[in-house]
Amino acid sequence: MPALSSGPAVAFEQVGKHYGDAAAIDGVSLTIAAGTFVALVGASGSGKSTLLKTVNRLVVPDRGRVLLDARDVADGPAPALRRRIGYVFQDVGLFPHLSVAENIALPLRLAGTPDAAHAMAMLDLVELPRAVATRMPAELSGGQRQRVGVARALVTRPGLLLMDEPFGALDPVTRESLAGAVKRLHDELALTTIMVTHDMAEALLLATRVIVMAAGRVVADEPPAALLAGAGGTAAQALVAVPRAQATRLAALST
Amino acid sequence: MSDAFARVPALAAQHLLLAMAALALALVIGVPVAIRAARAPRLAGAVLGFASLVQTIPSLALLALFYPALLWIGHGVPALGFLPALLALTLYALLPIARNIVTGLRGLDPAVLEAADGIGMTRAQKLRLVELPLVLPIAMAGVRTAAVWTIGAATLSTTVGQPSLGDLIFAGLQTQAWTLVIAGCVGAAGLALGVDLLLGVAERAAGERRWKRAGAALLLLVAATAAASTPLWRGGGERRVVVGAKNFSEQYILARLIGDRLTRAGYAVTYRDGLGSAVAFGAVAGGEVDVYVDYAGTIWTAEMHRADTPPHAEQLSAIADWVQKSRGVTLLGALGFENAYAFAMRGDDAQRRGIGTLDDLVRVAPQLRFGADLEFLDRPEWAAIRRANPLRFASATPYAPTFMYRALESGRADVISAFSSDGRIAADRLTVLADPRHAIPGYDAIVLVAPAHRKDARFLDALRPLIGRIPVAAMREANYRVDRDRDKQSPEAAARWLAARIGL
Repeated sequence: MPALSSGPAVAFEQVGKHYGDAAAIDGVSLTIAAGTFVALVGASGSGKSTLLKTVNRLVVPDRGRVLLDARDVADGPAPALRRRIGYVFQDVGLFPHLSVAENIALPLRLAGTPDAAHAMAMLDLVELPRAVATRMPAELSGGQRQRVGVARALVTRPGLLLMDEPFGALDPVTRESLAGAVKRLHDELALTTIMVTHDMAEALLLATRVIVMAAGRVVADEPPAALLAGAGGTAAQALVAVPRAQATRLAALST
Repeated sequence: MSDAFARVPALAAQHLLLAMAALALALVIGVPVAIRAARAPRLAGAVLGFASLVQTIPSLALLALFYPALLWIGHGVPALGFLPALLALTLYALLPIARNIVTGLRGLDPAVLEAADGIGMTRAQKLRLVELPLVLPIAMAGVRTAAVWTIGAATLSTTVGQPSLGDLIFAGLQTQAWTLVIAGCVGAAGLALGVDLLLGVAERAAGERRWKRAGAALLLLVAATAAASTPLWRGGGERRVVVGAKNFSEQYILARLIGDRLTRAGYAVTYRDGLGSAVAFGAVAGGEVDVYVDYAGTIWTAEMHRADTPPHAEQLSAIADWVQKSRGVTLLGALGFENAYAFAMRGDDAQRRGIGTLDDLVRVAPQLRFGADLEFLDRPEWAAIRRANPLRFASATPYAPTFMYRALESGRADVISAFSSDGRIAADRLTVLADPRHAIPGYDAIVLVAPAHRKDARFLDALRPLIGRIPVAAMREANYRVDRDRDKQSPEAAARWLAARIGL
């Protein structure tokens, strides 16, 4: 892997988004330092996905703005912005009419810098055998598909990786393995990563900063250790209680 | 048999050209409209609603409706022939194409579209790289449906004066020459299967991303269509003329009689068979047809909207003036026989009931079933006859002419609107009822010539010997040769027989 990228800092300034009368995001302000791995945690409808998508303009906020290294994402055309940002989501969205290699190489084609060898190297990076390059997406397992999704998202060497429930549809073993791979990529590529998840355990284990959302607002913003130590308020602690209780029960079973 | 199939290749070529032109036009219009419509639900509703509405119009009526529509536009836009057929078939082909593309685009996996946006595709890139390739199979299925429909419906273009395999089917139905019908159907079915096969190969090859194979299949189709259009590029040299014929045996025979004379005078003759009654006069006035035979009473009532019934000579000169002044058409003369509407009954039945005139018929009509040809019940003559003779039948049913005689013979009808030059009147021993009130105008067969040949001496000289030359007995016998069930002759053979019979 040549020249490691260093991710941008991300800032949300009073970002709001309404659907009809309902506020999906209600005036969120955050600053995320370059190189952070942030987990956005919350129940369904808490606004975490909507907030994530304001970064690559899949959602356009009604008010406020989002800055990448102090530059407003709303400046310039959306496709140019999105080519600088890796995006991985639960349904993966591999192009079913293209082979694995073509899927991974497509962002390079869009950028006008096709590089088949680099696309193949991405397979190594996400720990897939090169033999899958010629396969069609329908021939892959769910875990393999999401690995291809990650490879496609990172092939243009973006500094920022957005992930929306990236492991939500995977079995626990695959999930664990892929989460490890993502964490490693985050470190190796010096990415800024924002991951949306409803799984507090996943957030605590992967992220360096956990932001809890409820009803479109940020209700807690702590490092994992602080959350485990009881910080962040009741909503956050209710979420932390679930994996903790599970861990306790598991420990009780083994004694 | 072989005669019938010998006509297939030339007509199949015209048929293919028409159908493929309609399909291509429908694609040019349908694809961009459908792509736009897929992003705008209201536009989609309007487009698909319109296309569905078109489908509910019987294709025969759709073709027929373009005639008055184009006539209304005027300005030298041809109302007959290729253009109306092309437009009607294009409208017909739009629905399956547009519907499949709209449905296909709307049905695309949202995750795939989100990914396309997410990796930074522009709208155009998304359409080209993702949406169109994914929608291609279902779009191709729509194109295949449209192709088969169009080829099927193109048989009906005969009725608006565009040659197609329908020429064989319509002529065969009218003269009960089943080999012609079979030749036309087999030809059309063969074309449909062939085109569908090529499109199917292209579709499968595209699905397997074998672009060369897909391209080859499409190229073959384009080449076949181009080859079919080559006769249109020839021309020059010979003088080409078109002889028109309406949709019954006598018209086919007279068209061949006229055509044979023009061929001998050095013209390259083509035929436009099966023209609707209303369409035929418009065709000669517009020059799509150079010459055809019509009947005085038809022009008198349908074109001139006259309801009186003057003596024949007076009527003919009035028609000659009118067609010349209003449409520039030349009435060359009368052929010498009349083909009038004549009420006919089975001979024994008429005798038993004591019916010899329309007056007698009025009395017993409520007990009788009336069989008319397809047009008669809507024609002004029928209204005129009913004004003079208050006829009220137990029922009135329209039939295709040949089936009308069958209905009378089998007793399903007791009275029919026969034609006085029909050979079956004598052969079936029918009684023709007298018309003492002269409610029915004269129906002398007249030769009408297009404005372009008004002063064309060679053309007119070739036809003049026919004037006043054909007695009704000769015409009846010629008709019977084509209409009879056993030992049927083709219109061409009957025309040759008629020429010999009248000494030409």
